[in-house]
Amino acid sequence: MKLPWQKYTAHDNSSEEEKRVLQGYSLYVFKKYLFIIICIVATILIAGLSISIGIGGISIIRAYEILIEHVQGNIVNEIEDYIIWGVRLPPLLGGLIAGAGLAITGAVMQSTLKNPLADPYTTGISSGASFGATLSIVMGINIIGVGNQYGIVLNAFLFSLIPMFAIMIVSSMRRASATTIILAGIAVMYMFNAMTTIMMLRADPVALADAYSWQVGTLSLIKMKDLPIMFGFVLVGGVSLMLLSSKINILSAGDESAKSLGVNADTLRIVCLLIVSMMAAAIVSFTGIIGFVGLVCPHICRMVIGSDNRYLLPASAMFGAMFLILANLIGNNIIAPTTLQVGVITAFLGAPVLIFLLIKLKKETW
Amino acid sequence: MKVDMEKVTFSYSRDAFVLKDIDLVLDEPGLTCIIGPNGVGKSTLVKCINKLLIPTSGSIFLDETDVKSLNFKMLSKKIGFVPATTSDSFSMSVIDTVLMGRTPHKHLGSENEDLHIVYNILEDMNLTHLALRNNNELSAGQHQRVSIARGLAQEPDLLILDEPTANLDIRHQVMVIELLKKVAHENKITVLMISHDLNITAKYADKVIVMSTPGVIHSVGTPREVMNEDMIRYVYGMNSKILDMDGHLHIILGSAVSDDEMILLHRNECDYGN
Repeated sequence: MKLPWQKYTAHDNSSEEEKRVLQGYSLYVFKKYLFIIICIVATILIAGLSISIGIGGISIIRAYEILIEHVQGNIVNEIEDYIIWGVRLPPLLGGLIAGAGLAITGAVMQSTLKNPLADPYTTGISSGASFGATLSIVMGINIIGVGNQYGIVLNAFLFSLIPMFAIMIVSSMRRASATTIILAGIAVMYMFNAMTTIMMLRADPVALADAYSWQVGTLSLIKMKDLPIMFGFVLVGGVSLMLLSSKINILSAGDESAKSLGVNADTLRIVCLLIVSMMAAAIVSFTGIIGFVGLVCPHICRMVIGSDNRYLLPASAMFGAMFLILANLIGNNIIAPTTLQVGVITAFLGAPVLIFLLIKLKKETW
Repeated sequence: MKVDMEKVTFSYSRDAFVLKDIDLVLDEPGLTCIIGPNGVGKSTLVKCINKLLIPTSGSIFLDETDVKSLNFKMLSKKIGFVPATTSDSFSMSVIDTVLMGRTPHKHLGSENEDLHIVYNILEDMNLTHLALRNNNELSAGQHQRVSIARGLAQEPDLLILDEPTANLDIRHQVMVIELLKKVAHENKITVLMISHDLNITAKYADKVIVMSTPGVIHSVGTPREVMNEDMIRYVYGMNSKILDMDGHLHIILGSAVSDDEMILLHRNECDYGN
């Protein structure tokens, strides 16, 4: 079986120039896969660090051994097993899933809306989720009448989908162009932000602190039983978007060219918006609003491997996963035993990276 | 492939007609140029053929099939379109940009064959040295040649190009037109090209469609049949001299006709030369 970059072979009657171009193209494709492989290896190393650093004096290798022992049903040390599986693994896995999901949705939003500032929250998802969570925390109103943390999660999820429906209604009356989607998203975002602000102004200090803490974004509230839902949405959505990646590439040629190549640009944008909204809603409802992952990670990947979504989406997913768990690792340990929430760290890391990109980026990226 | 336009009208509002009762048949392979002044509906006409615009009334048939019944995917296998301007956002390498043109024909396992087809087109367009460059790094003329290459990669029955030579230097203008004519004759397809260059049209077109205000077809025929001093005066409002040398027509432009004279020329809506 040939590896992806080995598919391109010269014919017997190919000229030397053709052979040179094909070899160059194979190498060009290989470099993209190499970047993805490097991200996977780095993620494994950082994941090992994440679950080993802290109390217990567990090394990276011992941490991975504990994981394998648990899977095999052969637990050697119950305390170490609880520390790794019960305490450190759920936020780590949640971080991998959320990081991958936010980065891949950010890459898709930037490509479909042709806007380098787009991220998973451009359509107002974060504002809707924030409103739903605040409604639960401050007012105690849950749409599906479930108390405790799951009331907040469900509220955040359901309200985060409202902006998506609003955009679809607007798009059905006008064309679903990139500008229409962005402007409708901004309008909905401002409306939800205003309603959230009103509630927070009237909240008592404890509820206000909880609501604000939710908005900043954290992985620490994720439990093992939350992971299948998050993973399910991100896996199905991520695979769907990767299958659409060739068509998303065609949008970069403009709507007229896309239609002449058989791709209905408006329909594709709406389908991508639906998938992105579901993925982002599922992530945000468990983690709160973690910023910059969806904005910065795709751009970093574009600098290295270019804008071809066939490679950019999986690369963004791996880089985003690595970025978020690295941010969480820093937040947990930089001023230990106090924890800095991951949303704060991603902003501290992401903002200077974004400024660096703006200054140093060559024109060809966008 | 036969294109049959019957009483096609296009307007953005009740009073603002862009196209009026267009009847046109394209059924011969070769290079067909559409000429006419700005705003007369040339781009609108071609965009109605590939459903980028929907006519207000009338019908368009492709090989007896109404275009309305065909979706974009079906149309993309028959019609290729190279727009006048292309988007530059998040661009990819030249080779990947041209590979997009293979989308209607792509299937599992076709990657290698698609790449060979694309390489041959890049070679014909003199772009192989730019194959791995990013599209964003190219000049306007190189960019346009890449767009044309993508249209050729689609291997359509009808290739529509909206002013494909607008940004090209004279050498590349001739190179591209000669390639388009060669592709049209060798592959027995129709290449439909909007052009503002009357001399290029006169020298290379197999068929010329002349459009004039108010969005009507003035005349259709070979360059010798339709391109004459009276047509240029009426349609473009320009005086000219046409010489017949080296086997084709040469158009030398003179002064512009005055506005009063233009009004007089069009007052009777003289069906000149039709």
